[in-house]
Amino acid sequence: MTAIEEVEKSQLKDLPDFGPGDQLRVQVKVIEGGRERLQAFQGTVLKRSGKGLGQRVTIRRVSHAVGVERGFLLHSPRVEKIEVLRRGRVRRAKLYYLRNRQGRGARIREKRRT
Amino acid sequence: MAAKLAKAILGRKLGMTQIFAEDGEALPVTLLEAGPCVVVQRRPRANDPSVVGVQLGFDEIPEEKRRRLLNKPMEGHFKQAGVSPQRHLREFRLVDTEDFAVGKEVRADIFAVGDKVDVSGTSKGKGFAGAMKRHGFHGGPASHGSMSHRRPASSGSTDAARVFKGTKKPGHMGAVRRTVKGLTIVRVETEKNLVLVKGAVPGPKGGLVEITQLASAGG
Repeated sequence: MTAIEEVEKSQLKDLPDFGPGDQLRVQVKVIEGGRERLQAFQGTVLKRSGKGLGQRVTIRRVSHAVGVERGFLLHSPRVEKIEVLRRGRVRRAKLYYLRNRQGRGARIREKRRT
Repeated sequence: MAAKLAKAILGRKLGMTQIFAEDGEALPVTLLEAGPCVVVQRRPRANDPSVVGVQLGFDEIPEEKRRRLLNKPMEGHFKQAGVSPQRHLREFRLVDTEDFAVGKEVRADIFAVGDKVDVSGTSKGKGFAGAMKRHGFHGGPASHGSMSHRRPASSGSTDAARVFKGTKKPGHMGAVRRTVKGLTIVRVETEKNLVLVKGAVPGPKGGLVEITQLASAGG
């Protein structure tokens, strides 16, 4: 194990298994006026990127007809909880094509149980 | 070499990563293997009391490589100090060398979390680089018939009839000594001789670095 992996190890979290196309709900801690509360963000996984402690996920959702994408550092202590709501069947790792699609075209088929 | 140092150690850059602080903030950190170093020489000497400093050695040369890497004068130098031969030697001007007896081992534990340190190393060589990369010139237009894409443009007025010394030109870039000042130490792992500093450090992974603390920088 490299020294870098060694240093990162203690902060790594156990992550649920998920990938691009999946529906996710991420609970994030936000500090608002000295108070801490949980904020949820729900949407489709556009991509996963990075490795080790710097692993990220980009989630996209269409809210009030406006596309919103938000990135999360998966191992961050501010990311409280990650729920996988639905598995999507997709054929590529980065779903950038979703940005150019709307409504029916942006649907993702559900992955069958294997 | 003018400013006096409170602490100094030699080490190696291992690479960068990010770790999370207490409050969840992600910090960019560089892992440095700091020491163990050994004091090979100490000053002031009787014949020259003006210089106060130590010579530190880092990275012991294994027995089987000594024949190749070590010449007679260096062998004698290490023998005199009574220490095993080291790959790298560097001298540091310190405020006070009381704690640095010849033969003493210097380890990462001389630093504490929160210390501000300077890190020096040899930056990565970039070879012969153009003016855009080397000096941040903007270059010329990319299209519309322009043929001056990455050129450095004019090198001065025609009135001078020459190019002034020091004019920024393409040329060799990198592979020079650089110092990054005021980096904060985020973590120290004594048993592994690891020091984590916030921010980037010059040089490639595996490159030799000097980690120093100015006497004027608060401990």
